[in-house]
Amino acid sequence: MSEEEMIEGGGEGVIKKFLYLNRRAPYGSIYALESLEVVLIGAAFEQDVSVAFIDDGVYQLTKGQDTKGVEMKNFSPTYRALEMYDVEKLYVFKESLDERGLTEDDLIVDVEVVDAKQMADLMDEQEVILSF
Amino acid sequence: MPTLHTVNKSPFDKTSLNSCLRFAKDGSSILLIEDGVYAALNGTTFTEAVKTAMKNVTVYALQPDIEARGMANKVIDGIKLVDYAGFVDLVEQNDRVESWL
Amino acid sequence: MAFEVDGKTIETDEEGYLVDLSQWTEEIANKLAEGENLEMTSDRWEIVNFLREYYQEYQIAPAVRVLTKAVGKKLGKDKGTSKYLYELFPYGPAKQACKIAGLPKPTGCV
Repeated sequence: MSEEEMIEGGGEGVIKKFLYLNRRAPYGSIYALESLEVVLIGAAFEQDVSVAFIDDGVYQLTKGQDTKGVEMKNFSPTYRALEMYDVEKLYVFKESLDERGLTEDDLIVDVEVVDAKQMADLMDEQEVILSF
Repeated sequence: MPTLHTVNKSPFDKTSLNSCLRFAKDGSSILLIEDGVYAALNGTTFTEAVKTAMKNVTVYALQPDIEARGMANKVIDGIKLVDYAGFVDLVEQNDRVESWL
Repeated sequence: MAFEVDGKTIETDEEGYLVDLSQWTEEIANKLAEGENLEMTSDRWEIVNFLREYYQEYQIAPAVRVLTKAVGKKLGKDKGTSKYLYELFPYGPAKQACKIAGLPKPTGCV
């Protein structure tokens, strides 16, 4: 894809509602990083994107990650760049935070903390759901 | 005849920690590594189970994995943090290693 | 691929991006720019340095759309246009400037 094509993104196509659903912790498997890259690549197509974090997925957003000791790339700062890619709707499931002793203050980005009903409604209104 | 148990999966995602805690004998050691370190933290639904287990077994966590996940200030008191060299020492000090994957 | 700077071997991938980002120096940037047939003017340095700061903060090489917006915000509206950036880096500001800045290829440029 040339950069010109990237600017055009999906062209004049229909805008669909996409939900990226994250359920895995970072570093222990490749899912979290792969999801983040797909979100960033997909942002060029100018769709209506939401990103949800449930279960161990909430661990992706924790502050203070320092990966020097494990010699892996710390990709947590990149979540702060999502806004510049016009990915602004981030949702975190409250029960998943509670089970892990975490609060919104432990997270590196501003998110909307939602309950089960709100999360179910969010999923229900999507046209495409991509799970990681 | 002590055993070193290693757990590398999140307790929220897999039953590895639960099974390990059920079968680990008194006097053995449990080393939490990779996503297993999420079991080493305060305030989670697994904190009590781990604290109870610590009365009979010694629990360790791999420090680089704790730091990678931004959890250095949440570790349960009494859990010993080790680096990679400490991991090797534990393997050497025990008769066998049992990996809970 | 590889080239030498100060007796040190600098490895690049098949598209000319640095393999080891930590090796980057201004001298290496000049060498990489030479390979792109670009002279490192102060305007080009400004964008290259901006990209390095961006990467430091977000651990990502921005897509061109995002770069344009961010440059406009930081360096002024007149510079935050694709026209300005393409004049400086005719083969693509994201690709060429990122390469010279020692960053990986922007995510989304296949």
